[in-house]
Amino acid sequence: MSIVLDTFTVLAVTGGLFFFLAGTVGLLRFPDPLTRLHALTKADNLGLGLIVLGLLPQTNAPVGALKLLVAWLLVQLSGATIAQLIAREARRGMPQA
Amino acid sequence: MNATVFGLCGAMAAGLGLYGLITDAQPLRKILGFNLLGAGAFLSFGVVARRGAAAGFGGDPVPQALVITGMVVAFAATALAVALLLQLFNTAGAATLDTNATSEGNDPPVT
Amino acid sequence: MTIGFALDSAIAVLVVAVSCWTIIARASFAAVVGFVSFGLLLTLVWVRLDAVDVALTEAAIGSGLTGALLLAAAARLRTSEFATQAERPSMALRVATALLSATATAALAGALFLLPSPAPTLAPAAAANAGATGLGNPVTNVLIAFRAMDTMLEKVVLLLALVGVWSLASDRFWGGPPSPLRGANTEGPLAFLARLLTPLGIVVGIYILWEGADHPGGAFQGGTILAAMWLLLMMSGVANAPATRFRSLRLVLISGPMVFLVIGLGGLWLGEAFLAYPVAYAKPLILVIEFVMTLTIAVTLALLLAGPPTREASR
Repeated sequence: MSIVLDTFTVLAVTGGLFFFLAGTVGLLRFPDPLTRLHALTKADNLGLGLIVLGLLPQTNAPVGALKLLVAWLLVQLSGATIAQLIAREARRGMPQA
Repeated sequence: MNATVFGLCGAMAAGLGLYGLITDAQPLRKILGFNLLGAGAFLSFGVVARRGAAAGFGGDPVPQALVITGMVVAFAATALAVALLLQLFNTAGAATLDTNATSEGNDPPVT
Repeated sequence: MTIGFALDSAIAVLVVAVSCWTIIARASFAAVVGFVSFGLLLTLVWVRLDAVDVALTEAAIGSGLTGALLLAAAARLRTSEFATQAERPSMALRVATALLSATATAALAGALFLLPSPAPTLAPAAAANAGATGLGNPVTNVLIAFRAMDTMLEKVVLLLALVGVWSLASDRFWGGPPSPLRGANTEGPLAFLARLLTPLGIVVGIYILWEGADHPGGAFQGGTILAAMWLLLMMSGVANAPATRFRSLRLVLISGPMVFLVIGLGGLWLGEAFLAYPVAYAKPLILVIEFVMTLTIAVTLALLLAGPPTREASR
């Protein structure tokens, strides 16, 4: 049983790492701040979510699992707010489209 | 043990911080360099603490407690330094330590 | 080469690379961002060094609050940056300083390599005396009981730094509130975040304080989270920066070291020694000290970031 759980952990964390890599490539290659924000927030939510999902079998349920989930939700909350604030500032500097 | 790797890392951070503290002309960068130097010193403490692992603990708790105290005091010092820097900027018009470049000698003192 | 060693080497290389970036970067904003990343990587280093309490403190104070402080300063000083960038240090100074830095690095690394082995350690002494307080976390034991004098004096140092920051105000501003920390555009998302996050943050802060008794955590880490929540409220405009002449504010500021001092003198009066806790009452006394200390730390750290008063106190 623990072999199955460990395999699940490795697969999920690798998936999360792939999304983080995609987000970093997007940060480096996308042309302007708004598209870069889009790449970063996707990496934040989905990548971290997969990593948290993969780590859930390794913690002591339910308190450890709850803490991991709360950490993920908090990162999403703060990431979304910061993305909104940065996007507003980026919109100001752009010609109206 | 991983202590040697991080010991090297702390020594290099301290050296880089010292370089930044002395060579960079802007006071804010000097404060940054000073913080890097402090972080390197704290890492050295951490290495000493890690080497003192005994009695079931992962590290010697006394250096760790000293580092915690040091970090809080370093923040207080940085806050005071930044407040002084901002006051210099408000009074002299430029955040620089070069007294010839500022308008300090020309304007009446602000109260 | 084990996986642990590979991981540690990777983190160490990243730390050195980011600190190089912090020194080399041209714009101050980029350098401060590098410094914040440096602090977060250091948190990982502290976890690898088995010092989780220190990792919490580094994340909260070392990179969190210091990063916020330096970012605000970099933003304020942006207009002055171009003038001072013209002052480049001479090549001779740079070469000499590089030699000095290399010597300092070599000396520090050499000293760490030459440390005696087996390493002298106070861990057995700390473990043997843990029964004096009944706490499970050895670092909290050291901070509150064995080296309580250091912690008490550190509170006084925080207070002195705050007085130093306040004294930078003009005479007519003394007692007034600091400038509002609000940036240019703060309605909407930031206020939403402040309203949603603050109750949760307060619970997390108190939880970390409470857990510090037996697990990694403690008064400094919890107090910093509370300070961060208050700063978030002030920055988003939901709360106003308080006038520094309020008696209740000043009472909160001195209550931390005051309670510590009174309990310490009580230990002296009961015949043992300064800051010796009677074994029967050790845990309740420590709880009282820690709660008051957390409140004082939270208020002091937030006010240190808010800066000197810049408006007149309303009569």
